[in-house]
Amino acid sequence: MTDAIEDIEIELLLEAVYQHYHYDFRDYARASLKRRLLHARKQLGYDSISALQADVLHDRTMLPRLLNFLTVQVSEMFRDPSYFRALREKVIPHLRTYASLKVWVAGCSNGEELYSLSILFREEGLAHMTLFYATDINPQALKAAETGVYSLDQIRLFTENHQKSGGLTSLSDYYTADYGRAVFDKSLRNQVVFSDHSLVTDAVFGEMHLISCRNVLIYFNRDLQNRAVGLFRDSLARRGFLGLGSKESLRFTQHADAFEEFVPSEKIYQRALG
Amino acid sequence: MTGRAIVIGASAGGVQALSRILPALPADFAVPVLVVAHIPPRKENALVQLFAAKCALRVKEAEDKEMLAGGTVYFAPSDYHLMVEPGGSVALSSEEPVNHSRPAIDVLFETAADAFGPNLAGVVLTGANHDGARGLKAIGDAGGIAMVEDPDTAEVGTMPAAALAACPAARPMSFEQIIHQLQGWAIS
Repeated sequence: MTDAIEDIEIELLLEAVYQHYHYDFRDYARASLKRRLLHARKQLGYDSISALQADVLHDRTMLPRLLNFLTVQVSEMFRDPSYFRALREKVIPHLRTYASLKVWVAGCSNGEELYSLSILFREEGLAHMTLFYATDINPQALKAAETGVYSLDQIRLFTENHQKSGGLTSLSDYYTADYGRAVFDKSLRNQVVFSDHSLVTDAVFGEMHLISCRNVLIYFNRDLQNRAVGLFRDSLARRGFLGLGSKESLRFTQHADAFEEFVPSEKIYQRALG
Repeated sequence: MTGRAIVIGASAGGVQALSRILPALPADFAVPVLVVAHIPPRKENALVQLFAAKCALRVKEAEDKEMLAGGTVYFAPSDYHLMVEPGGSVALSSEEPVNHSRPAIDVLFETAADAFGPNLAGVVLTGANHDGARGLKAIGDAGGIAMVEDPDTAEVGTMPAAALAACPAARPMSFEQIIHQLQGWAIS
């Protein structure tokens, strides 16, 4: 019985956050969202979701705190090295044929993937002609991405991943260690536009040659996945590329026909002709 | 939601324990079986191949958004949590590890208890940690069937003992008893 009440409270909270703040989590995959909401309730010290909702509505400072629970911010640099190796070996040769490039990291969170791509493009000699767009709905995550500071504890894993991805340089070329933190070189974001953008409520984002959106779609339900993938289709240049997370696919979306599998094992797709 | 499901969690010694249970289930077993087994992160879940060769049931890696179907064993992919959505479909997640594990048994069990309520059976097998204890309690609280491999005879008794301590509804059982109860429950 309490569970049924909790489900009602969750519906109401999501509706309240949408109506008042225009953040729309209503079509997120429910099992994971519910876990995160219950975790937020506990961590923020509330007895019920309803009590949390009252404060979220009446106290503006609560929203960013809630967003940090509702958005998943777990990532690493060069996560799934084989994905970045495939970009390097299979996609980059195509991108070389353009005079200028646009790359969109959709759902960039704290920026690990953005810096990974920025380093990869520099190693491949394409950085000077590439404009990156890094977008997320969580302002605190965007700010962290713009800062480019990560815990030194993670650097060993990042370095290992970078090497496995076929890195041509040493990761240590790109950061300085400082009090337990790795501060990444700001030249890596010289050509990066950081922007608040929602795959749920916002529109098409320019003529992209590559969109990398990894482990974002798994948090959406099917309707929302359809919307987001439709947005990617319309945002890609002719024969542009789309990279998804290793356990994501277009198979269950409406837009599967708009794409061809380019590197199936790495979930890299190419916009189909027509 | 309607329909039923079985969820199984295994850690250290789990491959042997699963090898006793999964191959014993017949091809016409009508209920989907979801498994979280703690194994080192790897790109393809090696357990799928191993058990596909041994089992009468169809064995596959769980895919995000697919609907659960009877006669099928679903393994969590390595490095992702496996969840059940309220409508009975699969959801994967790369959220932080729970109990130092991704996939975590608790995450599967709790979301499945939420989706299936009393129409769920959960089994905690051998392991050296406490994952699955909270999840099994959630299954018991929702009116589902809670089963635990006997800690005294399990290869590593820590995980089953923790599950028994957390979930009053659970009983220690031998492999034969677990198989027998699953089969009886599936056709009841």
